[in-house]
Amino acid sequence: MEQILITLAAVLATAAPLIFATMGETISERAGVVNLSLDGSMLLAAMAGFAVARVSGSLALGFAAAALVGCLVALILGVLSLSLGQSQTAVGFVLALLCTDLSSFLGTPYVRKPGPAVPHAPMPGLSDIPILGPLLFSHDMLIYASFLLLPTVWWFLYHTRAGLVLRALGERPQTAYARGVPVIRLRYLYLLIGGALVGIAGAAYSLDLKQGWSYRHTFGTGWIALAIVIFGGWHPWRVAIGCYLFAALQSLASRSQSVLPSIPTQVFQVAPFVLMIVVLALINLLASPGTAHRLATLPKPLRRPAERFVGWLATPAPAALGQPFQRP
Amino acid sequence: MIARDHATPTISEGHTRRSALLIAALALVGALIFTSLVLLSSNVPPLAAYNLIFLGTFSTPTRISDMVMLASPLLLCSCGLTLTFAAGLYNLGIEGQMALGAVAAMIPLRLLPNLPPPLLWVLAFACGAAGGAMWALLVAGLRIRLQVNEIFAGLGLNFLASGIALYLVLGPWRRIGRASSSGTEPLPTDVWLPTFGTLRVAPAAPVIALIILVLIWFAVTRTRWGLELRAVGLNPQAAGRMGIPATRRLAESLAACGALAGIAGAIQVLAVFHQLIPSISSGIGLLALLVVLLIQANPAWVLPIAAAFAIFTTGSLQMSVALGADSSIAGVLQGALVLFALLARGLSGRR
Repeated sequence: MEQILITLAAVLATAAPLIFATMGETISERAGVVNLSLDGSMLLAAMAGFAVARVSGSLALGFAAAALVGCLVALILGVLSLSLGQSQTAVGFVLALLCTDLSSFLGTPYVRKPGPAVPHAPMPGLSDIPILGPLLFSHDMLIYASFLLLPTVWWFLYHTRAGLVLRALGERPQTAYARGVPVIRLRYLYLLIGGALVGIAGAAYSLDLKQGWSYRHTFGTGWIALAIVIFGGWHPWRVAIGCYLFAALQSLASRSQSVLPSIPTQVFQVAPFVLMIVVLALINLLASPGTAHRLATLPKPLRRPAERFVGWLATPAPAALGQPFQRP
Repeated sequence: MIARDHATPTISEGHTRRSALLIAALALVGALIFTSLVLLSSNVPPLAAYNLIFLGTFSTPTRISDMVMLASPLLLCSCGLTLTFAAGLYNLGIEGQMALGAVAAMIPLRLLPNLPPPLLWVLAFACGAAGGAMWALLVAGLRIRLQVNEIFAGLGLNFLASGIALYLVLGPWRRIGRASSSGTEPLPTDVWLPTFGTLRVAPAAPVIALIILVLIWFAVTRTRWGLELRAVGLNPQAAGRMGIPATRRLAESLAACGALAGIAGAIQVLAVFHQLIPSISSGIGLLALLVVLLIQANPAWVLPIAAAFAIFTTGSLQMSVALGADSSIAGVLQGALVLFALLARGLSGRR
């Protein structure tokens, strides 16, 4: 029992950077902009955050620097795609590679150097509650922040006026524009906010969960974060489920090694990535018209819940995602 | 899934020669300024660094032959990506296609070691092409049948391909006596592609790459198939209404790209590493994506740009010994070139 609790708590903790990155990406994609640079900007932000925290000795400055780097990369993407009409995919991809190499080059002096780390901070009182205490309240500030970020983003997107406008930017930008919404300016704003969260996700690795800096420190998690956003149907709760599932799979993979020792470690590390793609394909299969036909043949009491379940699983992308906005 | 954007890279025809030159100049100047700032911030003297990046390759015959052996697979991958970009696809799965091509090329080399080498080479190249094409067709199937965006399908399959390569290196194909993640047992020297004397350059590799380059240039610019491919890339719906089998062309371009990446993987096995290593694709596929983005998939420019990128990468390998800096500066320069080219194109389109 205790072992299971410890494992679950570890899963919640290791998913924290993914939560930051995917929430950032969900915000900008919901506003209609794909930030494909995620993997590179996370690396560059992780490096910059670690370097600043090590030199200044201040964790807050480190996280601020990481958020700033994420913002800056998002700003470059914004200028090239939103203002100058270049393809978001092309610019994002180039930025991903460029930032990766920049982090390797500029980060050389910091490879495997000791540095500050976010201190463990169990919540006084709350951490003594049975089950919930060790599960939720004996982490550090960054992980508590990831727990809070999730409902905040959901509440903002679905229960505020500004969130409604944000979703309109990604679904019907022309209509929003006709109603007086400054589409391009707001897309910039949400792209930058998303970028800042991606930057914090990078620093969450170098200053907390994988302390320190080394070449390609985050090992492709940026790409997987992009896939999780799609897997989660651009909905904060489901995206979060995706993050926790992925973290659980990774921990399961490192465990199954001891059960099946004949298969090398590295093979298990690849498994979660592959499973994500399989699940993505299955979800799309469920959303196909053929499935709808088959569902219609089910007996009535089964049909309604089955259709609702499929509808919940297979949400379409924001209609204007990745498309340039032209003033009507 | 992400909708196709209107600015998908295709062969540029609207640009006049003058504005193309202007864009190239702007991209070069911008990238050089940016890279110099990066170098200065790390206390590396820029002139010495550029001397290595641009001219370091030509200092010894060994380095020139290394450059040729990098340029050959890079050319092949860039040729393949020219096709997928013309069809409006971002084939990020090319790294995995290359890795699987390398794995497939190993199969005849391991199973039939007693065949005469020339026959083995032909078999290895054929298997490599088939393996790469099969891996690319998985992307095509996911994209066309299951609407999984090709970028994520490709990335997921890249992880899977590297998992397969790792499994083979550490598992069934491990070195006799000791399993090591550095690679499988090296191939016997008589099945290595023949080289010039003691140099590492195997002339067959660049020759194959150049022949394929000409074929691709012809297919894209001079055949009906190439025209249809570009039509699908510009607007799949309109192309479909004109009677072009759009999904078929998408699958064909991906399969062809995968086959070329697979041949590049076979070259890595037969002529560069002489064994299967876990990172057999060495990032060449990603570099090829940068090449193709820079030239907007115009096959006429593949050779000079791929060669230039190979020169930068080979030259910068001496950075750590000569200047104590990381060789990833070549990647910074290459990425900055593409970024500033996109910027220059955006600025010129606005006027």
